[in-house]
Amino acid sequence: MLGDYLHQFLFGLYPYMCAGIFLVGSLIRFDRDQYTWRSGSSQMLRTSQLRWGSNLFHIGILFLFFGHLVGLLTPSVIYTRFVDVPTKQLFAIVSGGIAGTICFIGLSLLLHRRLFDPRIRRTSTNADIFVLILLWVQLALGLITLPFSLGHRDGSMMVALSHWAQYIVTFQAGAADFVKGADWPFQIHLVLGMTLFLVFPFTRLVHIWSAPIWYIFRRYQVVRRRDAASAAMDARRT
Amino acid sequence: MSHFLDRLMFFRRNVDGFSGQHGTVTNESRAWEEAYRQRWAHDKIVRSTHGTNCTGSCSWKIYVKGGIVTWETQQTDYPRTRPDLPNHEPRGCSRGASYSWYLYSANRLKYPMMRKRLVQLWRAAKNKFGDPVLAWASIVEDPAKAREYKSARGMGGFVRVTWDEAEEAIAAANAYTVKTYGPDRVIGFSPIPAMSMVSYAAGTRYLSLIGGVCMSFYDWYCDLPPSSPQTWGEQTDVPESADSYNAGFIMMWGSNVPQTRTPDAHFMTEARYKGTKIVTVTPDYSEASKFADLWLHPKQGTDAALAMAMGHVILSEWHAKGRGEYFLDYCRRYTDMPMLVRLAEKDGKLVAERQLRASDLPGDGGQANNPDWKTVAINDATGALYVPTGSIGYRWGEQGKWNLEGRDGSTGEEVKPRLSLAEGGDGMAEVSFPYFGDRAPDFFNKTSRGEIVTRTVPVKTVTLKDGSTARVATVYDLFLANYGVNRGFGAEPVGATYDADAPYTPAWAEAVCGVPRAKIITTAREFADNAEKTNGKSMVILGAAINHWYHGDMIYRGIINLLAMCGCVGQSGGGWAHYVGQEKLRPQTGWTPLAFALDWHRPPRQMNSTSFWYAHTNQWRYERLSLGEILSPTHAGSLSGSLIDFNVRAERMGWLPSAPQLADNPIALSKAAAAAGKEPAPYLVERLKSGALQMSCEDPDNPRNFPRNLFVWRSNLLGSSGKGHEYFLKHLLGTQHGVQGKDLGEEGGQKPEDVAWHAEAPQGKLDLLVTLDFRMSTTCMYSDIVLPTATWYEKHDLNTSDMHPFIHPLSAAVDPAWEARSDWEIFKGIAKRFSSVCKGHLGVEKDIVLTPLMHDSPQELGQTHSVKDWRKGECDPVPGKTMPAITVVERDYPSTYARFTALGPLMAKVGNGGKGIAWKTEAEVEFLRKLNGETSVPGVDGKLARIETDIDAAEVVLSLAPETNGHVAVKSWASLSKITGRDHTHLAIPREHEALRFRDLQAQPRKIISSPTWSGLESEEVCYTAGYTNVHELIPWRTLSGRQQLYQDHPWMLAFGEALCLYKPPVDLKTIAPMLGTRSNGNKEVVLNFITPHQKWGIHSTYTDNLIMLTLSRGGPIVWLSEVDAKKAGIEDNDWVEAFNINGALVARAVVSQRVPEGMIMMYHAQEKIVNVPGSEITNARGGIHNSVTRAVLKPTHMIGGYAQLAWGFNYHGTIGVNRDEFVVVRKMAKVDWLDGPRLTAPDADLQAAE
Repeated sequence: MLGDYLHQFLFGLYPYMCAGIFLVGSLIRFDRDQYTWRSGSSQMLRTSQLRWGSNLFHIGILFLFFGHLVGLLTPSVIYTRFVDVPTKQLFAIVSGGIAGTICFIGLSLLLHRRLFDPRIRRTSTNADIFVLILLWVQLALGLITLPFSLGHRDGSMMVALSHWAQYIVTFQAGAADFVKGADWPFQIHLVLGMTLFLVFPFTRLVHIWSAPIWYIFRRYQVVRRRDAASAAMDARRT
Repeated sequence: MSHFLDRLMFFRRNVDGFSGQHGTVTNESRAWEEAYRQRWAHDKIVRSTHGTNCTGSCSWKIYVKGGIVTWETQQTDYPRTRPDLPNHEPRGCSRGASYSWYLYSANRLKYPMMRKRLVQLWRAAKNKFGDPVLAWASIVEDPAKAREYKSARGMGGFVRVTWDEAEEAIAAANAYTVKTYGPDRVIGFSPIPAMSMVSYAAGTRYLSLIGGVCMSFYDWYCDLPPSSPQTWGEQTDVPESADSYNAGFIMMWGSNVPQTRTPDAHFMTEARYKGTKIVTVTPDYSEASKFADLWLHPKQGTDAALAMAMGHVILSEWHAKGRGEYFLDYCRRYTDMPMLVRLAEKDGKLVAERQLRASDLPGDGGQANNPDWKTVAINDATGALYVPTGSIGYRWGEQGKWNLEGRDGSTGEEVKPRLSLAEGGDGMAEVSFPYFGDRAPDFFNKTSRGEIVTRTVPVKTVTLKDGSTARVATVYDLFLANYGVNRGFGAEPVGATYDADAPYTPAWAEAVCGVPRAKIITTAREFADNAEKTNGKSMVILGAAINHWYHGDMIYRGIINLLAMCGCVGQSGGGWAHYVGQEKLRPQTGWTPLAFALDWHRPPRQMNSTSFWYAHTNQWRYERLSLGEILSPTHAGSLSGSLIDFNVRAERMGWLPSAPQLADNPIALSKAAAAAGKEPAPYLVERLKSGALQMSCEDPDNPRNFPRNLFVWRSNLLGSSGKGHEYFLKHLLGTQHGVQGKDLGEEGGQKPEDVAWHAEAPQGKLDLLVTLDFRMSTTCMYSDIVLPTATWYEKHDLNTSDMHPFIHPLSAAVDPAWEARSDWEIFKGIAKRFSSVCKGHLGVEKDIVLTPLMHDSPQELGQTHSVKDWRKGECDPVPGKTMPAITVVERDYPSTYARFTALGPLMAKVGNGGKGIAWKTEAEVEFLRKLNGETSVPGVDGKLARIETDIDAAEVVLSLAPETNGHVAVKSWASLSKITGRDHTHLAIPREHEALRFRDLQAQPRKIISSPTWSGLESEEVCYTAGYTNVHELIPWRTLSGRQQLYQDHPWMLAFGEALCLYKPPVDLKTIAPMLGTRSNGNKEVVLNFITPHQKWGIHSTYTDNLIMLTLSRGGPIVWLSEVDAKKAGIEDNDWVEAFNINGALVARAVVSQRVPEGMIMMYHAQEKIVNVPGSEITNARGGIHNSVTRAVLKPTHMIGGYAQLAWGFNYHGTIGVNRDEFVVVRKMAKVDWLDGPRLTAPDADLQAAE
């Protein structure tokens, strides 16, 4: 009974709590606390280990993030036109396994550096360390799911998970039922994944919102105009 | 409204493009820019300056935001200079700009603190006795209790106390000491009044009111060049830095102008643009040499050889050839060169003795007044002897003839004196001169040519008063002969060519100092050629590097001689620019009454620090320099004793001051005199003569003669200037120390003759050390009580400099942070507490004050011709003549605070003055009563001007000083006019109605008004330069002859061979042999000469514990080594090395650099012992400072007093704390121990290990 309630809570309600806090929290932080909106890089303190660690981690995590996004949220009616479910799962397992391994190596380097380099350790907040550990555990769990996925060659588990995700984001009732009976690594992985969204606004993860991708497409020179907003500011000053 | 919503402008962000769409114009918000504007916004800017000892005196803008000092930048609103002269601004260096860091740093002292063990003892005693004085007595009179807190000094353990408790303990200690031992056992050390005059005055005013002793700094810092009072009777007077621009030829000699005179260096570089040639003389490749057209690098310590050789060239090519009418005319008028010197047979050799005086001549040369003190010359027209005006005998006892008009003192006719007796003399004589070059220690280039050289000198025979005859020669002829100049007299073989190997030819100098002879000759020629063409616009900027040698006065006199023979002194763009530490106290005569409470009591007690520390830190017990090593070969065996003996004799004869003065409490002595029904002075003389009473100096190790209380403020005595640091720790403080050597008793050495020897040297003489500072300095760490003071941005004060003619304020941009108070408020508080605590112990008391025969007073004509010590029965003790003057001063101890805060009645009653010039000052006193408001003091009728705040105090200074009050300036010039018989008031009349107030200075730095206190002028026509009024107003120098005294004829000068300048190599201090190879740590050892220049990464010589400076440097102590020596010792850059000798040890990281020549190790001054200093392998204690390996060594010629220009004045003349002749053993450390754990050994074990 309690198990049912907990399951319903974790996979039916918790996602909305996390999403809500993620969105509203990010908004509040962006508006109220602009100077904390940053990645908090420690490159100035020590470059060694960061170069490999950060690059491997970011390459891996970006692939994984978009892999999860596309893989979970694409309705099956669309992708089955091109590829059958078992093939898609195999593709996900292989590519996710590679990206996960890359990311794991990078993240381990970063975590080691953060914990054992005295300069980095001294300047780290608890949240910095917590987020790294959380990511590391989450990634480990993700890798642990691989053998379990191989046990569901038919892709039924993958389909169940994507149904859950799609039900959640489309606000349909009964999402939690899809993941009932899923193997424990999947369940924990889901909970921690949602937790990442939960802690997101309170940590340096907010820099994800501001990834400077537009920089790639901008013109060589950008000139900001003294527009109405600036004029208002001038008025305030005088 | 919302950052997020404001950014939702995807479709209207980019509104325009430009440059072919390479650029885009966007609509994005610019609100974020406000953050940058706020970063540099501030609430107010306040003008202040840095009260540090760099002589910079730069005006700074202090920015305040939200009640916090945020940063500082250079002020740029200096008054403009003349059209042909660059402006002064901006002044200030990047190091000064780092100062605001201190205000809120972890180093900041925030609360009064006291050593825990002392607090415990104090509280227990207070509970037991109630009366603070009795409580203090119960602690210091109990050896176990005293030992308990004294031995913990420097070991940490401070706890916060309230101001109330700190003030009470200090007041109690002072009252106890005054009552028990005498007021002259309460000592105060604070340097350089000019850097913050009111803060200095706060402490010295308190001390002077209670009869305590104010200690000198200038001589102790070894910034005082004794050559200056010797030659000019002047502490030091120098051109302002702008005058460099007027020079045609500049030598920077041992002075690193861009590094240590950063704000002034621009005048030097600007002068280069108009063609001025720059030659630097410095053994290392210093920053200054970057600006040089020619870099000369003599071996350190041998600069006198270079100067002598340059003089040899100039004298040979100009004077000996009669070339350069300007030079000859100048030498005739402004130097003692035409004066006659008696020659006497000594051991079969003819040697030069004292200068001929009017009193030697029949009928005293027509002079009734002071004929002993009037020098004699020959009338060039008639060949007759005459007594020219201007010599010091004319200064006192008569009026109107003390000038350089060049008249015959008897007839008043203008006379041209004869320089040389080569014509019109009575033939030639062979005169012997001493030569010291053979005495060089191993490291230096020793010559072996015999210690006496003989030169042919033209002489004249004169008939003396007693009918006998004597041969005389002019200083000029002796001077040229001493330089070994070939004048074609007789068969003179010396100096025939520059290549001759004879003193002081360029070839000889090349062998001694290592500078190629061609460069010596070229430099000398260009120097003199420029001076001849420009009437003296050749300048030498010289500095500490050459002054800190034992025989530094010989180096300096060598340079002064060059300037004198080329007529450069007193000429704009020429002369002697000694930019070392004196920081001209421009409004000096307005300040002295405030500082030394002359408005209440005269005279104050002042002491020369070098002799004081030498005696009371027991450095004399370890003296290894014997008399025989420094006595002149022409006077061998004429004197005996050790160095401290000479000092004791000088104190007894009234040459040098004493502190403490008498072995008995002077207050008790005056009571005893009264009980015996006698006047104090005769009573004292009688007891001294009979031996019933001793002077303290005769037994410094007797507890009755210990200095008991010491205040240190505005200074880092133990972390910076304390030569013989480890001896301070051992004997004065009685705590853990690193002294390695044995004293003379243990070694069985020659003990002093005139000083009592105690088998066991005392440790922990001092009962109480109180330090006022704004940061936890090394001195604070060793103090018993630490008081937090205001920083330079938290108090009102005054500041002036040598380097420019402006007077600056320090201003309180913010209130003192935490519980800090300004020095003025701190000493006022102590005075208040003292006034109440002393009741019942001290009332109105008669204190007997001894003063030496003072400079610029009639007493400077004290003792002529021979040295007589009354203690040895050679003469009678006559106060103010053959012994110190005796004055009874009545002190009202319970009124100390009331007197501290009121301008006393003596200003109106007696008047004011300075440098031998006196004037009335009632009008200014009356003015101050109106300006500051009135107050009344018990026992004084009528109202007095109030001095409540630091601004009140500043107004007292500004109103009383001629430099800041035009009326006083005119009065002072008028007063001098009477003495010289010439009207000088025209120098101040144009500014008569100008009077500077404190708020004026805050508005803009103000140029001071010309005054007779100084020898230069502040005018719109000429830059300030030293000796200008001597040359252009014909005011005599305050010397024996009234001219620049190039011949020093005091009996001790003759005995030590320094009548004329010559080359003396550094002395051997013998500190290496017992240590070299005996305490091996397995690494190779090298022996290097220890040199301590000023910082690059510190605020001048004091502040190196600043995080910004530490970050720019290496974050801790460093020493500089040459690549050659580093290789020899297997040291690599940044290795930890240890330098040590028998004085102690220090540890630092090695900077291995091409800058440094072989044989030298440099350690920047005053790197704090408290920042990143590991333990020493030698002493087992933490590190050490640069002075851990030094020990002060006194030079007897600096002790001479009562003899015209050689008379003692506070910070003016006296023994200096030299430290450059020192050598150290250097090696790489085997083990760097940070001593981070708890202390394993007891203090006693440390002491044993150290011994």
